[in-house]
Amino acid sequence: MHADPRCVLTGTHFINGDAACCEGALAAGARFAAGYPITPSTEIVERFAARAPKVGGLFIQMEDELASSIALQGMVWAGQKSFTVTSGPGYSLMMEHIGFAAITETPCVFVDVQRGGPSTGLPTLPAQGDMMQARFGSHGDYLTIALCPNSPQECFDLTIKAFNLAEKFRVPVMFMMDECVGHMTEKVVIPAADQIEVQPRRHASKPPSEFKLFEPGPDLVPEMAHAGEGYKVYVTGLTHDKRGYPLMNPQSQRELVTRLFDKIRRAADELTIIEAEGLDDADVVVVSYGITSRVAQRAIQMARDKGLKVGKLRLICVWPFPEKVIRDLAPKVKALVVPELNMGQVVLEVERCASGQCRVISVPHPGGTVHKPAEILAAIERGAR
Amino acid sequence: MLKEIRIAGFGGQGVILSAHILGRAAALHEGGFATMTQNYGPEARGGAASAALVISDQPVLFPYVSSPDILVCMSQEAFTRFSPEMKDGGVLIVEEDLVRLDNLPKHIQVYGIPATRFAEELGKKMVLNVVMVGFFCAITKSLSHDACVAAVTDSVPERFRKLNLDAFERGYRYGLDLLVKGPMKEENGDAIALEAEL
Repeated sequence: MHADPRCVLTGTHFINGDAACCEGALAAGARFAAGYPITPSTEIVERFAARAPKVGGLFIQMEDELASSIALQGMVWAGQKSFTVTSGPGYSLMMEHIGFAAITETPCVFVDVQRGGPSTGLPTLPAQGDMMQARFGSHGDYLTIALCPNSPQECFDLTIKAFNLAEKFRVPVMFMMDECVGHMTEKVVIPAADQIEVQPRRHASKPPSEFKLFEPGPDLVPEMAHAGEGYKVYVTGLTHDKRGYPLMNPQSQRELVTRLFDKIRRAADELTIIEAEGLDDADVVVVSYGITSRVAQRAIQMARDKGLKVGKLRLICVWPFPEKVIRDLAPKVKALVVPELNMGQVVLEVERCASGQCRVISVPHPGGTVHKPAEILAAIERGAR
Repeated sequence: MLKEIRIAGFGGQGVILSAHILGRAAALHEGGFATMTQNYGPEARGGAASAALVISDQPVLFPYVSSPDILVCMSQEAFTRFSPEMKDGGVLIVEEDLVRLDNLPKHIQVYGIPATRFAEELGKKMVLNVVMVGFFCAITKSLSHDACVAAVTDSVPERFRKLNLDAFERGYRYGLDLLVKGPMKEENGDAIALEAEL
């Protein structure tokens, strides 16, 4: 299925990452956003509020982030593609409902334009401190998908991808921007609508009499029916059976939670979305994501100018973590260097998967700005020794 | 070729839009690359505002500007804050009625323009930023005249297009004259352009 041409702003633009994210959401088919304003994410829904009504969409400014994160799920079950946008403090408030989206398999997108934290922290300055929260923030066990754009162009492209993955796997997808990417203005090329692939809702193919709301398909993902269509739509955060009715015992818990994991784990190859370069003969590989990957690229160039063999591994999809890529890489290199705008989060996953086969060098940064390329270069040089 | 540019002044002077126009010219009309960032703060009218722009013929990796090749100052505060960061051999452009050149860094070139006055003569003080864009284009030659005109054209509302294009040309012509004549006094006698190798 292709995007609806009415909402695709085909052309070449000079816009910031927030605006590009909004355009991506519209192109992906989002027709509802609920949110509570917070820097540096507000521009996304500000634009959506202006643009969406012209194509039959709606934005509601809710009373807070708790309300936003559940209103959007109501709209998904009413048949629309929906999302919310926020930053650290609001993201924390949304955690409860991210778990609700996970257990009810509600396809939706949570955009977190990361800023310095903890708490109110640095409203107008970048960080990547919410990466582990994106993975483990809500209580209980679940898996999610998290994408990290590093440019306004990717804010457009990957927002569409985020919606498509949400629909395909029926999970909440975390779109992990940061203040730098969100507020950075660059060229953004928006293709024609017929060149934008959009994953439609996986709607019930059976009539209401034969349909079970949570009966998994061959890929373990159930089809979806909406409220008001004549289907029994019982949606609960309690552990439930295939009909969606609460069934609280160890066996139904095992079936449900295992399936929530397996539907993502089985798709590990499809969800390994990386950008790799020069890995084959590298002594050191820099593993990075989001805005940091651009600064890392600069450091890699500087290191290569000095004659070092350095590879680049950019994680576009951070969750699920590309375990196999790191496992394969670790025995072949001297070191993996992991710069990130936090005190060391994704590096823990790199260490886990490298499992002692090579050095793993964290290049932490508390946020507020980006690394100096020289800081990453120094770590590369250390790793090459 | 990578150039780091900073434009700074008061909120309300159109600092951000001027950087936006230049970035647009580079990225959309010249086929190059441009990354614009801006300082976020209490940028109400009268507060400090600043935008940074990196233009290059290669994709821009590092997004921020730390030592500008070109600095445009539209306020004294902007000059005081940012001029010490300038690169050796850099170009400083000032709104000469608003900036007093105290403690000028060494090894830079300075060009001044009474952009606010020109804008007022054109009928709207608001277009001083576009006068500046025209002046920038002529003085630095980092972007072509046509690319800048195209960027001005698609950055402003239709009904203000002519005014803005006139503002651009006013700054551009003033810049060209200044380059030809070097340090000069204009007819009205008080628009002094400095070309300082101090």
